[in-house]
Amino acid sequence: MASVRLASLTKIFGQVTAIDNIDLEIDDREFFVLLGPTGAGKTTTLRLVAGLEKPDQGEVYLDNVSVNDVSPALRDVAFVFQYYTLYPHYTVRQNLEFPLKPKFRRLSKSEIDAKVSEVAKILHIESLLERETVNLSGGEMQRVAIGRAIVRTPKVFLMDEPLSNLDAKLREEMRRELTRLHLDLGFTFFYVTHDQIEAMTMGDRIAVLNQGKILQIGTPDKIYNSPENVFVAKFVGSPTINLLEASIETNTLVVGKKTLVCTISETQRNSLKKYSKRELILGIRPEDIEVSREKKKADSFKCTVYFTQSMGVEDILNLRIDDIVLRAVVPPKLLTGIGDTVYASINMKRSHLFDPKTNKRL
Amino acid sequence: MAIIANRKRRIGRWVLIIVLIVITFIYLIPFMYIINTAFKPWTGIKVYPPTVIFKPSIGSFIRIFTSRTVYPPGEVPTEEEISGMKWYERIVYKETNEEVVRLGDFPRRYLNSIIICSISTLITVILGTIAAYGFSRFNVRGKDDLLFFILSTRMLPPVVVVIPVFLMFRFLGLTDTHIGLILLYIAFNVSFAVWVLKGFIDEIPTEYEEAAMVDGYTRFQVFRKIVVPQATTGIAATAVFCFIFSWNEYAFAFLLSRKIAQTVPAWLPYQMGVLGYDWGAAAAGTFIFLLPAMVFTIILRKHLVRGITFGAIRK
Repeated sequence: MASVRLASLTKIFGQVTAIDNIDLEIDDREFFVLLGPTGAGKTTTLRLVAGLEKPDQGEVYLDNVSVNDVSPALRDVAFVFQYYTLYPHYTVRQNLEFPLKPKFRRLSKSEIDAKVSEVAKILHIESLLERETVNLSGGEMQRVAIGRAIVRTPKVFLMDEPLSNLDAKLREEMRRELTRLHLDLGFTFFYVTHDQIEAMTMGDRIAVLNQGKILQIGTPDKIYNSPENVFVAKFVGSPTINLLEASIETNTLVVGKKTLVCTISETQRNSLKKYSKRELILGIRPEDIEVSREKKKADSFKCTVYFTQSMGVEDILNLRIDDIVLRAVVPPKLLTGIGDTVYASINMKRSHLFDPKTNKRL
Repeated sequence: MAIIANRKRRIGRWVLIIVLIVITFIYLIPFMYIINTAFKPWTGIKVYPPTVIFKPSIGSFIRIFTSRTVYPPGEVPTEEEISGMKWYERIVYKETNEEVVRLGDFPRRYLNSIIICSISTLITVILGTIAAYGFSRFNVRGKDDLLFFILSTRMLPPVVVVIPVFLMFRFLGLTDTHIGLILLYIAFNVSFAVWVLKGFIDEIPTEYEEAAMVDGYTRFQVFRKIVVPQATTGIAATAVFCFIFSWNEYAFAFLLSRKIAQTVPAWLPYQMGVLGYDWGAAAAGTFIFLLPAMVFTIILRKHLVRGITFGAIRK
């Protein structure tokens, strides 16, 4: 097992800077998730670690040894691709044996057999060993692909959106499976995904990447509850955070033409002194809006239900106040219908404020 | 409704089958004509209109394999001599009144064709696969120009370059040598092979190779263990086409070989004997000549069919 360190890593493709001066440290045995939208440079980062791309600048360290000039074959990392890339002309067993067969590994036939059966047992694919890979289902292919990666106990386990081709049900199952594998095997996982649920549920730490830059690194809790900037706030969390243009007037935060007026606490007031009279971005997670049928609090405001989405455990309400639309998550027992009038109040303790110029958290 | 639709579909299928039979028949006419002529007895070959039903004879096959001479007038073999003849000598005598002198040149020419075509095909496919892989996967400097240059070697009909090639061959002492024709056919086929195989290799996702490289293999091992097995279809199809091209090639074989390295197409037209042009022997020779190309195609037909449907790759 090993730690991974990326130091001022840059990769340029023609005119496009795919990776822009990234610094990143992954601890030994950590489950590290790189989260970002399509085209953020996640896969490129992973390929740089694997040695499939050469960086234009910066270094990749595995266990504090620079591997910039080491070929992919000798880096001793394993890569699970988005499309499982099981060798189609081999059976499952041959696929699993393949990484063990290079001569420099010096493994005997019986050692190889033992390792293959061990991995097959871990992943519950013993019955598939003699099958052709083209006849496997998506989930089975996924297991074999993971098996091929873990069979030789690599230093780091690189995974490029391995679950994106599976259906929702299977994805959930594989999420659990991967977490279990990580706990059991204790490998260093470097996992790339665009799916924030995967990142939140599996990662020990998450790095949010956009346009080649790392915007925030932290535990899932940190990323969710104190996003460093507007992008992170918007990208993580479903339903998406409400972002409203607001300004500070004396002791209140005013949204629009006094559409919403929220009282801010003393501590918040002090830290926001220099921003008074200036435009701000107010972020509120949908679950931090409390909705009731009667006006319960003084600062509740009246709004109409614009439309609703029922999720079973909870309902997502789109509320309208003048020209502002707010998303709120409420328990289904509220039983609201479209057009109903309800009262909403914002939990200002859990609000997030951002500077509209820098998009950074205040 | 369902019944009508069903019936329509059934009629459609029958129409299709009939159309296919007709097309196949049209395509096979020349081939059947050759077989027909090859098995005709000497007297039946030049009968007009040609007959379809006759008593078959293998006289033509014996004639293509042998050198013969006509018995001079007055030296007709006696009954005893005839009964002492070998079976093929008797057939020849009965049909054309000739005496078999020795084994003809056909087996030698046939062997030449096999040697030249299989070696040139093998080398072409090896070179083509490696070159196509290089063009497909690496940023070769001036790649487009190089590919165009390769393609441009096929832009003129081969006959146009016959004179320079002839002079070069004479200068290098390659005329009428096996190696000369092998080199020439490689030169002509490699461009085709590179282009076709590049198409096939482009279709193989690079992730397979990257996965194998991460798994601990060198680029060349990856090429051998991952790329070649997946490109088998393309390689087989290319091999068939290269083989057929060099097997059938006439102009260069005719000009650049006389005896030692002469191939069947260059030799076959010279079936002129004392008795006029021997169409029967020519047809018999052609029939035997066609067999390897047919066998080769049939052996690789699975790959050829898959080659056509290639591109339906599951991602």
